Amino acid sequence: MSAVTSQRIARKAAPGPEEGPARSFALRRFALILLLVAACLAAGGTRSAHAATSLVHKRAPEFVRTDLGHKRLDLNAYRGKVVLLNFWATWCAPCQVEMPSFVAWQKKYGPQGLQVIGISLDDDPALVRSLYGKLKLNYPVAMGDVKLGDLYGGVLGLPVTYLIDRHGMIQAEFQGEADLGKIEMQLQLLLPSR
Amino acid sequence: MKFPFISRPSVAVGLATLVLLFVCTRCPAQFTPSTGPGSTNLIPQAQLIQPQELVHLLQAAGTGKPLLLQVGSHLLFDEAHITGSVYVGAGSQPAGLQQLQSMAASLSKKKFIVLYCGCCPWNRCPNLGPAFTLLHDMGFTNVKVLYLANNLGTDWVAKGYPVERSH
Repeated sequence: MSAVTSQRIARKAAPGPEEGPARSFALRRFALILLLVAACLAAGGTRSAHAATSLVHKRAPEFVRTDLGHKRLDLNAYRGKVVLLNFWATWCAPCQVEMPSFVAWQKKYGPQGLQVIGISLDDDPALVRSLYGKLKLNYPVAMGDVKLGDLYGGVLGLPVTYLIDRHGMIQAEFQGEADLGKIEMQLQLLLPSR
Repeated sequence: MKFPFISRPSVAVGLATLVLLFVCTRCPAQFTPSTGPGSTNLIPQAQLIQPQELVHLLQAAGTGKPLLLQVGSHLLFDEAHITGSVYVGAGSQPAGLQQLQSMAASLSKKKFIVLYCGCCPWNRCPNLGPAFTLLHDMGFTNVKVLYLANNLGTDWVAKGYPVERSH
């Protein structure tokens, strides 16, 4: 092995005094990029699925309706609770996939301050009453209308679910066939710790 | 850039990698809607029409414009519907199909008809399959179905395509 080659190998194995700071800088820059990528991914993970007309981080539009049990349903009355507001319909298959979980969450997290509210966009309340009993829903459901749909930016496809915090601010929005694990994770973050 | 809390760069890289891995494992994977018992599997691919294609047809001058029929929710139709479309009842309900049959009875079997719904994700729509099957069984030969992957709001209204309201 020539003397020149030996020197090159030696340099690779042990960086000289002039290479150390440059390598250190490159590694730190790489670390910074990794951290930035992580931050972007973390932010993206909590973003609304429907950014174009998103109500996230806005005050939840208030409404008053009469529920299927003929009781007054006033969103404002639930201030101080975390509200899961779900727009659904009897003809919507993915809605009915979600609803048993909402029943379970109402039971599990109700004592911690969760209130599930359902708004049906059916045309016929009789179908809603029938399914309400069949699914053993343990939370209030009211019939929706065009005005309520408009308040929430136009509900033009189901299901749609909003998570509203204790101060009445919408913190998350889920459109279409949502990942229930993700909804529950965000829900837990909004509830006060035991 | 200095990292006062990390003295050695190799430690910085290690920590950053750990943070990245942690975040990635917490991020939910891309959610794929399950293929349920939706009715749209009854519709042949060749009979689908894409939103942009329909927009071009609606904007074109002439007599080639289709008759647009909404076969989903009346409430959603009232909120917003494709300009010029007509509500004929939910295809998943006997009353809706009856309404569609009555309306179609007076039309030529060669009439160019486009059905749409947009109530739910495409593979979960309960209305389009029965409506399409009914028209097919009645002998209509020029029926297309508008493919809305997510719903009318996302795939039509949010794209700025022509809509109108009932009131």
